[in-house]
Amino acid sequence: MLYSIIKSNTYQDSLRLMQLSNALNGTAGINQVSVMMGSPTNKEILRSAGLDTPEVDGAKPTDLVIVADVADAAVGESLLAKVDDFLRYRAPVSGRSGLRSARSLERAVGMLGQADLALVSIPGQYVASEVHRLLDRNIHAFIFSDNVSISDEVALKRRARESGLLVMGPDCGTGRIRGLPLGFANVVHDGSIGLVGASGTGLQEVMVHIDRLGGGVSHAIGLGGRDLSPEVGGITCLQAFRALAADAATDVVVLVSKPPAASVRDEVIGVADELSKPVVAILLGERVEAEVEGNVHYARTLEEAARVAVELAGTRSSRPVALCPEQRWIKALYTGGTLASEAAMLLGDSLGLTGNTEHRHEVIDLGDDVYTRGRPHPMIDPSLRTERMAAVFDDPENAVLLLDVVLGHGADPDPAGALAAVIVDGLARVHADGRDLAVVASVCGTEEDPQCSSAQTLILEQAGVAVLPSNAAAVRHAAAIVRRRDASTVSMPATPEPIRRLLSESPRIVNIGLREFADPLLRLGAQVVHYDWRPVAGGDPKLQALLDALS
Amino acid sequence: MATYSSIDQANAAVAQRIIDAQPRLVDVVPAKTVIPALEGRLILHAGPPIAFEDMPDPVQGAAIGATLFEGWAQDEESARRMCSEEIQFAPNNDFRAVGAMGGILTGSIPVFVVDNATDGNRAYTSMHEGEGKVLRFGVYDQAVGDHLVWMRDVLGAGLSEALKLFPDGGLAVNPILAQAVTMGDDFHVRITAASSLMFRELAPKLVRVGMPQEQIESVLDFLAGNVNFFLTLGMASGKATLDAAATVNAGSVVTCMTRNGREFAIRVSGLGDRWFTGPEEELDTLYFPGFTDADACPDTGDSAIVEAYGFGGLVSVAAPAVQQMVGTGEGGFAEALATSEEQAEIVVTHNPNMPIPNWDFKGVPVGIDIRKVVSTGIAPLITTAVMHKEAGIGMVGIGKVRASMPCFTSALEALADARGITPTA
Repeated sequence: MLYSIIKSNTYQDSLRLMQLSNALNGTAGINQVSVMMGSPTNKEILRSAGLDTPEVDGAKPTDLVIVADVADAAVGESLLAKVDDFLRYRAPVSGRSGLRSARSLERAVGMLGQADLALVSIPGQYVASEVHRLLDRNIHAFIFSDNVSISDEVALKRRARESGLLVMGPDCGTGRIRGLPLGFANVVHDGSIGLVGASGTGLQEVMVHIDRLGGGVSHAIGLGGRDLSPEVGGITCLQAFRALAADAATDVVVLVSKPPAASVRDEVIGVADELSKPVVAILLGERVEAEVEGNVHYARTLEEAARVAVELAGTRSSRPVALCPEQRWIKALYTGGTLASEAAMLLGDSLGLTGNTEHRHEVIDLGDDVYTRGRPHPMIDPSLRTERMAAVFDDPENAVLLLDVVLGHGADPDPAGALAAVIVDGLARVHADGRDLAVVASVCGTEEDPQCSSAQTLILEQAGVAVLPSNAAAVRHAAAIVRRRDASTVSMPATPEPIRRLLSESPRIVNIGLREFADPLLRLGAQVVHYDWRPVAGGDPKLQALLDALS
Repeated sequence: MATYSSIDQANAAVAQRIIDAQPRLVDVVPAKTVIPALEGRLILHAGPPIAFEDMPDPVQGAAIGATLFEGWAQDEESARRMCSEEIQFAPNNDFRAVGAMGGILTGSIPVFVVDNATDGNRAYTSMHEGEGKVLRFGVYDQAVGDHLVWMRDVLGAGLSEALKLFPDGGLAVNPILAQAVTMGDDFHVRITAASSLMFRELAPKLVRVGMPQEQIESVLDFLAGNVNFFLTLGMASGKATLDAAATVNAGSVVTCMTRNGREFAIRVSGLGDRWFTGPEEELDTLYFPGFTDADACPDTGDSAIVEAYGFGGLVSVAAPAVQQMVGTGEGGFAEALATSEEQAEIVVTHNPNMPIPNWDFKGVPVGIDIRKVVSTGIAPLITTAVMHKEAGIGMVGIGKVRASMPCFTSALEALADARGITPTA
């Protein structure tokens, strides 16, 4: 049966109504349906289609006409609700993420104004020409793609070096620039440890452990697995070292790699040794002869590299401390005897104090009988220690105040609180004097202890204390602070401006290839445009050659 | 002739001609008065050259109708025989003309005369006949013939007089394009705003011409009722503009796109009048009730000049109604924006005189560069009316279709050849 509904003086655009008609035509019980405005032309179309009722004949051009051939009246009566439902506003279904997309590099760059960095994840055979086009435009490249020939890699990296640009990769799995994840990347906290790596998951493992240990990452510059080969000669590695050495956000540099070729190793380690910042090297598979050689700390495992890096850099909650040249001494005021012994031993080792009587480093065990005669143990009564702290702050040659904080049953209910008050006061005096002083501590306690280790840690950190995960870590961190006084002053070549900007300003990024890599960047608020890459001229080499000739 | 140091420089010159063109509707006259070749037994048609036998049925129907209208034959059978044996056929585009659908044009059919004030060249097109039983859908009977006579002797004659009353000697088209593109028109399947603006310009002049009352009533009723009347004026303005641009005689900009129901064809600024043809892509059509893909005539008409001009599918972002059929058709504005952004990849520049508010006031795209089309694989998107494959039934829906990629690749090869570049690899 034919069923028609006229909605008088109701206007809808005809294309919308054609879509509506199509949508309704799939409905059960409806043989044919059309929704149109009642113009003479449309009424003629309805008549030709056999959808002709007296109501339709009487419709005006300003009337919305719904006419259907339906199984029964009930279906017809349901039509109006369906029409109203369709015409109700619905959000677009495509769910575009807001990621801007282009189909050519020119437009992608145009949308950003200028691009600084490109993530390249396209088939290897197209990488070289695409990255040359990036270098033409002064854009750094992070190349996730593999299957790029080593001769192309050498050519790209040499060209990049000449232009002061970084080519990370090819076959570069992970990276991080100013908190922005490149490729496969874990979510880790910002901090002062800069990484350079020829190994994707190696970098990831080190970054994850840094994060777990309370440290943070400034940048992670991936190199690709062949950067330290004799052919490539560590071009990107050396660029990255020098860039991180000059980068204000980075205090410690970590190198993660398989053992490089001997000639490359000499150059890379040679440059590492001359950096103004300590370097932690994990050359997986290479036998470690010494823990430290000059400026380079060697680790045997990825986890160890992370630990050493955090010990050198401090945690992400550490405040930056600027020391004067005359500030040289560590004063350790301990409440735990064995902790004090460990501190003395480690300091002796790492600062080379054996047989040296010229220094004024001190490790004092305040739990010793000498101090506790007639007084409670300092783990019970913090005043035994706090009353000695003022002198440490007031000596302008002191660099570090090193502390242990022992929790547990029997100990003071809030040792951190007692320390914090004195530290805040002492630092205020130091700052008023135009100086600074590093306060470093570890907390010997658990979450379940009555004082709760994380709560005590927070109190200390808020007072300006760098809290390391263990006593040994705290001691090494204190030693690193002092040692940095003597850091190398070998002058480095100036960091090229494009690389300096990459590490110090928010990069504008073109994502070329896998869309998935752009989404986290967008969520983090980065300026990113997706270049929906396809091979030029559909990959037809003859047309590509013609286009090149006609460009 | 100017020489250009690079294709980019030549294309910039071509684009500037397009931006600078000032098309004006200056007259309406029988076609043969401005296209002398139509004094003879010549029928012009849409698209690249095609034999009568190869034309789709509605185009053949229109040719037969035109033969009867001209009085060259008295019945359909003899008209069909004349069409296949005696009458010459040629593309509109070779005579500075364009036509919608089959684009059939003979000497007695009235045409718009569009003058490009900047370059002094002219273009012609038949007027939009309205919907239903009309010649362009291959229908010819007494009513169609009477309507054509009325269009020539009443509407055309009236418009001709009315146009003389415009201070500049004609109706300027750019202001209508610039306004209507901000009002939702794409000028190919949405022409309502431009047609309304055109009516607003014409009506006050028409009533001053001094036509008999019943004539002025019929003219105003027709114009008020035809929301597509501007379509062919837009096409002819594009033709006049792109013909002027083609005189640069260099570069890689598309100066014509058209289709004859069998083949898609383009012309390119640096390659003169050569046609580059390719097979037509499948139409993706929203149908009127009762019609399906089985009923559709392959894409036909010179109206793709609208896209070569920078409008149509290229300005989807500007046309809210068209947004519902571009992209997946479900994504709303984002899809339309993405479509225009995609199409912007293949053009030389944008026309600052025709900003699109929805597009952050970016201008209408100007100059499709065949190199960009081939390089990106993005073919121009055409929005179009779709007619029934059989003569006499008329429009069956609104569709979208991509320009045929082989046209662009063969033109690229020809361009390389013309510059002495031999393909390697």
